[in-house]
Amino acid sequence: MRENDETPSPRETVPLMASPRNNPSHRDSLTAQEEETLKYGAEHVIKLFVPVSMCMLVVVATINSVSFYNVKDMYLLYTPFHETSPEASTKALNAVANAGILITVVIIMTVFLIGLYKYRCYKLIHGWLIMSSLTLLSMFTCLYIEEILYTYNIPMDYITFFLIIWNVGMLGMVCIHWKGPLRLQQSYLIFIAALMALVFIKYMPEWTTWVVLFVISIWDLVAVLTPRGPLRILVELAEERNEQIFPALIYSSTVVYMINRSDSVDSTTDSQNGFTRTWVEEHQRQQPPLEEIKVCRRIMDQDEKGVKLGLGDFIFYSVLVGKASSYGDWNTTLACFVAILIGLCLTLLLLAIFRRALPALPISITFGLVFYFATRGLVKPFADMLASKQIFI
Amino acid sequence: MTLLEFTGCALAAFGPALSMFIVTIMDDPVRVIILIASSFFWLLSLLLSSIVWFIFPIKQQIWFGVLISVLIQEMFRYSLYLLLRKAERGLKRFVVHSLVSNNKHMLSYVSGLGFGIMSGLFSLINILAAVEGPGTMGLRGGYSAFCIVSSMFTALTIFLHVFWGIIFFHGLNTDSRNLILYVIVSHIVVSEVTLFNQYNFYTPALFIVFLITLGTGCYAFKTAGGQLPIIDRIKIQNSVVEN
Repeated sequence: MRENDETPSPRETVPLMASPRNNPSHRDSLTAQEEETLKYGAEHVIKLFVPVSMCMLVVVATINSVSFYNVKDMYLLYTPFHETSPEASTKALNAVANAGILITVVIIMTVFLIGLYKYRCYKLIHGWLIMSSLTLLSMFTCLYIEEILYTYNIPMDYITFFLIIWNVGMLGMVCIHWKGPLRLQQSYLIFIAALMALVFIKYMPEWTTWVVLFVISIWDLVAVLTPRGPLRILVELAEERNEQIFPALIYSSTVVYMINRSDSVDSTTDSQNGFTRTWVEEHQRQQPPLEEIKVCRRIMDQDEKGVKLGLGDFIFYSVLVGKASSYGDWNTTLACFVAILIGLCLTLLLLAIFRRALPALPISITFGLVFYFATRGLVKPFADMLASKQIFI
Repeated sequence: MTLLEFTGCALAAFGPALSMFIVTIMDDPVRVIILIASSFFWLLSLLLSSIVWFIFPIKQQIWFGVLISVLIQEMFRYSLYLLLRKAERGLKRFVVHSLVSNNKHMLSYVSGLGFGIMSGLFSLINILAAVEGPGTMGLRGGYSAFCIVSSMFTALTIFLHVFWGIIFFHGLNTDSRNLILYVIVSHIVVSEVTLFNQYNFYTPALFIVFLITLGTGCYAFKTAGGQLPIIDRIKIQNSVVEN
């Protein structure tokens, strides 16, 4: 086993990836690529299911308990048409126009960000990201906590309030942009995504939200998959420069990676301090144990760590589910939730097949939209009839 | 009072399913994915039957809608079986330390539970949301036991779906048509019996559904290779007495 070997043979990567129960002949027959796909297996899917569900849960719970986020009194600057006309056609036109404006802004901003990244203006990008996350963590958190206090009728003085905001906000800034415990960092990212989703739900007109969801998933498809799409350029540049994409934009399930590594460390120390019986048996079958583990760890260190999902995907999933729940029918919410999870599952399956950056929005959002409208229009009358007559199918 | 009623109804309906999920499913990612996939299949079947119901002109004939819906559900159960069979090889490869391959009834149990949980949630979740509200005791001046009866039926439906899942998949695995036919017929009977609920004939309906659940459960238990230590002991005792 040479440490400088750039393309390790499949046998070397086996011990951490596959279970020791597999018999050796079967293991040998698998190619290296097939072994690699194991890493995108079921555990990664769950590692993304949990945070996505938590983000949706925060949004749905807030929408259903705090009425502030349901009331339409103010709108975003980018959505100047407020859908006040009673005619459906005018409303639809308004919605399309709003979505067009919003998507143009998104495109311009994305291109601008890629430009900055391409010409290595890291300071500017970091300043921008820090400013935006500071806004979210201070202003919008303020608003959020204030509304919760109003709703549950809890009195609080300004000093305590600002102490809380200061601590929550500053801890979040430190965790996201510098370092902190992984769980804390992940929860802050989920919280930021949920806040952003709530802002979208509150400040976008009714129909515009749906059109925006549709348009943004198409934009995601274009931006990631076309040869000159900005997000693709960003991912390729980051790979070229061997850098992480900004932590404030990406949720990463690094937990898997850390567990794996601690496992390998444990077994290494085991080998120094004395073996358990089964361990010896396992490793006598796969010689030579120590070097293999070393090689594996090197590969895993180099490799992309865990599965990553952009915060934008979190935000728009939650917008869909939150918006669906704002009409008060839980069946619709549930249908959208399951549809989005299945879409995410399929996306991860495609990820395991194609092994490149993929857009996470199109499949999920399409499923979500189809199930939203289908459940609201077709299933709801049937399900309500069954529930009110107590018929169980 | 509303909170109490909400908690009671929710736990009566979903307590068993919740504990099954926590004990058997939660720790294994593959099972969670199969659970969600099977609930998605149930959702698709509901969507299809709603479309049929939407097109169907005579809305008074509810029994027909129920019949169609049951048949569509069983059709989707079959297609889920085909899909799982196809995916089984892939699953075995993806799974690093799961028990999916060790127990052949695992897939059928998990998919049955997925069907059950989804159908239970769809039939009860809106009622629960209404119960939790400002005040209820029977919805809109209705019968006061409405919520608790609905919860009981939901719990039974979830159980039944688990059992049906096991028996149906076993029937397909062993090519025995009787089992498949039994599942379809008992599903139709249970659903049609609940039609009596709207005339407040709760007790007989609940009794019949409970009996069917019990019988199906016993058979599913036997199919899955379950053994009761007590029965074995009695058998041994009997043989000892006979000797």
